Amino acid sequence: MLNEEKYQKLKEIIKIYLPEDVAVTDIDQDSHFMNNLNINSANLVDIVLDVEDAFDIRLENDDMDQMQTVNDAMAIIDAKLAEK
Amino acid sequence: MKESYNWIMNQLPYTAPFLFVDEIQYVNDKGVEGSYRFSPDADFYKGHFKNNPVTPGVILTECCAQIGLVCLGIYLLGQKTALENLGIGMSSSEMEFLLPVFPGERVTVVSELAYFRFQKLKCEVKMYNKDDKLVCKGVLAGMIGVVNE
Repeated sequence: MLNEEKYQKLKEIIKIYLPEDVAVTDIDQDSHFMNNLNINSANLVDIVLDVEDAFDIRLENDDMDQMQTVNDAMAIIDAKLAEK
Repeated sequence: MKESYNWIMNQLPYTAPFLFVDEIQYVNDKGVEGSYRFSPDADFYKGHFKNNPVTPGVILTECCAQIGLVCLGIYLLGQKTALENLGIGMSSSEMEFLLPVFPGERVTVVSELAYFRFQKLKCEVKMYNKDDKLVCKGVLAGMIGVVNE
């Protein structure tokens, strides 16, 4: 899967959980889920669960702790896909 | 004799007038069932509604959450952790209300685990009255975990 394709897929997931005061166009690779996109910890879990389904991977607690930004999420997805 | 769930009751971070669990009928890895009787003396009946006491939907939701999420969460966590610094918070609730619950009624909450991952617990809950009629149902989620020092 191309990086761009992965990024779009991830963005589609994030979009669902954005609060009303944050627009899809506000998402970029450096966005911090909680600080920039105002996503709370409960919705971050939903994002992780959707990412697991979308990419057919499984994240662990450590991955969750490391997943602070969109870039972090991309790196984790890459690593998990490489393990497969 | 029924298995004792006192250890779960003792871990509940609520007390009167905001404890809405009397008894746990069963709890396992997949769900929980518990019951509560709404005391006719509860303060909220004085105002909801004027001269026509009916249990508020938010209180029914709270009862569903205390039994369906918190009791289950404590059970799931308590099997492997010491629960000294329990942190909890409801994160979402989507409820439908079908029948009124009047002062003094006893209700039973049945909750089925949807998932418990990364400290987020999500359940499908149903509340029944003494005639086994569905009172309300919905999906509740919350964060529950042991807070690190």
